[in-house]
Amino acid sequence: MTLILTARWQTKDSHTLASYESAGGYEMWKKALGMEPAAITEEVKQSGVRGRGGAGFPTGLKWTFVPQNTGKPVYLCVNADESEPGTNKDREILERDPHMLIEGSLIAARAIRCKTIFFYIRGEFDLAYRRIVTAAEEARRAGHFGQNIHGSGQDVDFIICKGGGAYVCGEETGLISSVEGGRGEPKVKPPFPAVKGAFGCPTIVNNVETLAVVPWVLRHGAAAYKALGTEKSPGTKLFSVSGRVKRPGNYEVPLGYPLKQLLLEDCGGMQDGYTMKAVIPGGSSTPVLPADIALGVNLDYEAMAAVGTMLGSGGIIVIDHTQSMPDLLLVLAHFYSHESCGQCTPCREGTGWAHRILQRINAGEGTAADLKLLESVASQMSGATICALADALVMPIRGFLKHYRSEFEALLRTEVQA
Amino acid sequence: MSATTTLKLAPEREARIDDLQRRYPERRATLLHVLWEIQWQLGWIPEEWMVYAAARCGVPVAKVLGVVSFYTMFRRKPMGRYHIEVCRNITCHMLGARKIIEHVEKKFGVQEKEVSACGRWSFEEVECMGACSWAPMMTVNGAYHENLTLEKVDEILDGLK
Repeated sequence: MTLILTARWQTKDSHTLASYESAGGYEMWKKALGMEPAAITEEVKQSGVRGRGGAGFPTGLKWTFVPQNTGKPVYLCVNADESEPGTNKDREILERDPHMLIEGSLIAARAIRCKTIFFYIRGEFDLAYRRIVTAAEEARRAGHFGQNIHGSGQDVDFIICKGGGAYVCGEETGLISSVEGGRGEPKVKPPFPAVKGAFGCPTIVNNVETLAVVPWVLRHGAAAYKALGTEKSPGTKLFSVSGRVKRPGNYEVPLGYPLKQLLLEDCGGMQDGYTMKAVIPGGSSTPVLPADIALGVNLDYEAMAAVGTMLGSGGIIVIDHTQSMPDLLLVLAHFYSHESCGQCTPCREGTGWAHRILQRINAGEGTAADLKLLESVASQMSGATICALADALVMPIRGFLKHYRSEFEALLRTEVQA
Repeated sequence: MSATTTLKLAPEREARIDDLQRRYPERRATLLHVLWEIQWQLGWIPEEWMVYAAARCGVPVAKVLGVVSFYTMFRRKPMGRYHIEVCRNITCHMLGARKIIEHVEKKFGVQEKEVSACGRWSFEEVECMGACSWAPMMTVNGAYHENLTLEKVDEILDGLK
């Protein structure tokens, strides 16, 4: 099986420049320096790489949205603000192969004619942060970025921004607000960041995993990448598996891989004494699937959509038979209400309402009217806000109620007629 | 109102901020960097240092307070010498985070976001830290500890001086 993202994870000192360069690291960056930006974009477009942060938007196409000759600088923001519950894949890329990510970012910068990269990493990351700081320093000293890079006459700066702990900064316009030194409040689209982003200039925001494959695509060609995975979901993807399986962790598999094989074979199945009840397939905001459906689905964008959920960030949360679904939904509602930035009323109020209703239901104080209210709050939040955070709670509410309504109903207090 | 201050951070911190302010398109955009430098030096961000940050970045003090209060990691009061954070999000929750939180609260007699009487301990429940595959987890002064059991929590915390 071809491995792209994890190919060097078992190599000793894989995070160092010496290790990366001994495996041909930064050769593609040197090649890219001599390429026309449009040719780099075209290669990535042809490869069919899609954004791995959750939305799955075609990466090369996104790059073509940057307007030419505006006279303004163009910025690249690397989104290393991984914080979708269930997801720990970008963190391991940062820890184990930071140079591959830096090289991919530099190549992307060349493709969009960007001279300043803002590398936005979540504030909580500890080893991952130290690794990227050290790697960037090594790369700078080796002349891979800075001024007149390798005699090409081209300049690219690479600035690491440490976040302050806010889930919403993983949303691309929230991230831009944070890069600009403000509260991480998302901005209304359009204008899209590619046209008017950081500091009012054209800006591309790409996820860590997306950028990390770019050197491979340049080395092996778009066709080699497209040969992996499925026709509509090409390439490989990293999946973070968590919960009571025998071997949780990050797994790189070609898209279209059966979830059953990943969970039952690669992860070794459930721990002794536990049975699989449900799976949240793509991070906490994606609709939950009962185990029997989950074990029949393949890991690609289209197969997930066909069963009413999403591939999302690839955070696969395995729920065992001892778990109470109303209790887990309460945890998620608490999280999303905590992380709402508060700009949009439906989200600020709606996530709080959902949290309180679920507290009542879990405490045995909820009524049938509460369950209806929860659904009503969810529909009033959906699609009514600047960013997707409100919908990131609506989707689990709907998924949990669709498949596990009886568990919620069992907790309801019966209304006594006066 | 434009802020003025006579405060200064350690020279290497001031130098790092100067360097970043040359490289950024706008000075005010370095606010998060400045706040981190303050917190790294002092352990928290006192009000007079918010005035410093405002002056350093050319923004109103109100904007600084807005930013400090938006992000969960910026501290507006000192925490214990050892600050413990326990993740309460979904996978950690399924794998026993609640027990760890109760254990830590009981062990040090501290409530969430409070400092123990001796000043050594403080603790906070946090949201997902990106360690789900190795849940449950906690951090001690930012360092990750994963695959926790109550015994392992005791071992880690009792081993601190």
